[in-house]
Amino acid sequence: MSTVHTVTDSPPAGALSASILRRLNHALRVTGLPVIGIGVFLFLWQLAASNINTSLGQFPGPVEVKEQALNLYQEHVREREKADAFYARQEARNAKKLENTPDAKIKWRSYTGKPTFIDQIFTSLYTVSFGFLIATLIAVPLGVICGLSDSVYRAINPIIQVFKPVSPLAWLPLVTMVVSALYMSDDPLFEKSFLTSAFTVALCCLWPTVINTTVGVSGIDRDLVNVSRVMALPTLVHVQKIVLPSAIPMIFTGLRLSLATGWMVLIAAEMLAQNPGLGKFIWDEFQNGSSNSLGRIMVAVITIGLIGFLLDKIMLGLQKRSSWDKQAILR
Amino acid sequence: MANNYLDISGVGITFPTDNGPFCALENVNLRIDEGQFIALIGHSGCGKSTLLNILAGLEQATSGGAILQGQVVDEPGPERAVVFQNHALMPWLTVYQNVELAVKQVFKGRKSKREMREWTEHNLQLVHMEHALDKLPGEISGGMKQRVGIARCLAMQPKVVLMDEPFGALDALTRAHLQDSLMEIHAELGNTVVMITHDVDEAVLLSDRIVMMTNGPAATIGEILEVELPRPRDRLALAENPDFNHVRQQVLKFLYAKQRNPALLEENAAPKETPASEPTPLRAVNDSEAA
Ligand SMILES: Nc1ncnc2c1ncn2[C@@H]1O[C@H](COP(=O)(O)OP(=O)(O)O)[C@@H](O)[C@H]1O
Ligand SMILES: [Mg+2]
Repeated sequence: MSTVHTVTDSPPAGALSASILRRLNHALRVTGLPVIGIGVFLFLWQLAASNINTSLGQFPGPVEVKEQALNLYQEHVREREKADAFYARQEARNAKKLENTPDAKIKWRSYTGKPTFIDQIFTSLYTVSFGFLIATLIAVPLGVICGLSDSVYRAINPIIQVFKPVSPLAWLPLVTMVVSALYMSDDPLFEKSFLTSAFTVALCCLWPTVINTTVGVSGIDRDLVNVSRVMALPTLVHVQKIVLPSAIPMIFTGLRLSLATGWMVLIAAEMLAQNPGLGKFIWDEFQNGSSNSLGRIMVAVITIGLIGFLLDKIMLGLQKRSSWDKQAILR
Repeated sequence: MANNYLDISGVGITFPTDNGPFCALENVNLRIDEGQFIALIGHSGCGKSTLLNILAGLEQATSGGAILQGQVVDEPGPERAVVFQNHALMPWLTVYQNVELAVKQVFKGRKSKREMREWTEHNLQLVHMEHALDKLPGEISGGMKQRVGIARCLAMQPKVVLMDEPFGALDALTRAHLQDSLMEIHAELGNTVVMITHDVDEAVLLSDRIVMMTNGPAATIGEILEVELPRPRDRLALAENPDFNHVRQQVLKFLYAKQRNPALLEENAAPKETPASEPTPLRAVNDSEAA
């Protein structure tokens, strides 16, 4: 071990090798163990997959899934090229028309190809963000009010407790009908299906944030509240300077739970309502039933997992940035 | 001389509890002159904090009330600023911002931005904290936090400074430093101060009058001692001073002979023949001397 580094004027070889050992050990724990875990998982997956036969062929193993992922990406690239070509042709045609007769009426059509896997990813992300945003805008102020006022809390608590355990999919038909009935516009800013998905997500995102914000706000140190009363801070300043900063950790705990719930709910809602997004992609592949379908579904499953993980990482980053307690251990 | 600056009359408070109403204070009467330093002493749980909170307006008396300069105290306000035992600084604000929050609120529209900054810094200088303006409370020691709490309180330019065991959580050396600082500040600004303490030496060293409370429930003021030691007071010189020791003895006698610690009473309850007025238990006296 002492031959690893031969630096002149260095601490004794024994101490050096000990410190290297410690660092190696640390590196192994940080990167080595997860790699081993993933390796074992892939091996077991392959083993299991080769023993499961379905009516659509063998269950996809890691290799098959990797191929399908590449396929899906290439399909996306091809579709983009087609779209670009379409727009280029259209532009050329229109330019020519204008040359011949300057006052000619020009039609611009948008390309109507089938949305690709990548398109569906972005649709889902966009939908979940919108729903989550609506929920946050309602839930945080509501939670703050419930936390500040015991009377409001007592009035609202039963409603929260009853609606919280309702499965999002139970809401779906209602939301669909309400959106269809109320949202009538000739030139809609949003698709109806988009709104249906987003509102369903929002309904399910509400509760964890409301509850955690309430708990956070009502748990403020009594001394701090008393200081604020002695200073005679107006309510808004009190909320801004004392309530929000001290409830931030709990608010974020709620937001992270909400976003995770929202993401799960969205996929299910898309499958059930045939609204665009990753859920619809999975459902379509299932209905297609080609020999590639299971592999493609598996790609979607892993993508959903990775995105969920990423969303949580983003929230964690935001939480770390906005929390005053930099020492707090956040996971 | 007596100007009845702060007049507490007939104050009583009853808390509704699960076991029926609990009368914590009954018929508390006290008149405090402007610029006086009052120490409030009594066994733990007798109702000192409750009385202070009533003066602060944080708690409403069930009967009687307090009048400050002719005005009834019925809500909290910066003219009766409080120093809390556990500093109560906002952990997400720096030392400077903590004081600034109070200054901005109290002098809104009365001081310019620059004057507010100078006033904030001035008050932090007063407690010798000008070196740590940008530190967060989590980054400074307990004694320093308490200094900032005092600066925040003074920055509100209160008519009365209310302190609830401000040095109770500090070690003896830090406490002595802060006591000296507090004496300096009091000499300079002449605030009216009501301070709760459980430390007999502290009470005698700092105050003009020591208000001793009887044990609860239905606690009230048992005795009031005038401390007529000349100021400025020096803790080393006082240790030999017979007047100082006399006052100290009287407080100890009140606390440990007349109003024995309820916890100790229970301890001694088993052998029934033990008279309640037996000599002061050594342990208790030693405790307060060590403090
Ligand atoms: N909000 C309350 N509800 C019920 N009892 C209370 C309340 N506040 C204080 N008490 C009771 O009043 C008594 C005095 O409390 P406190 O003023 O905190 O004592 P001290 O500060 O002298 O140690 C205690 O017995 C306490 O249990
Ligand atoms: Mg107390």
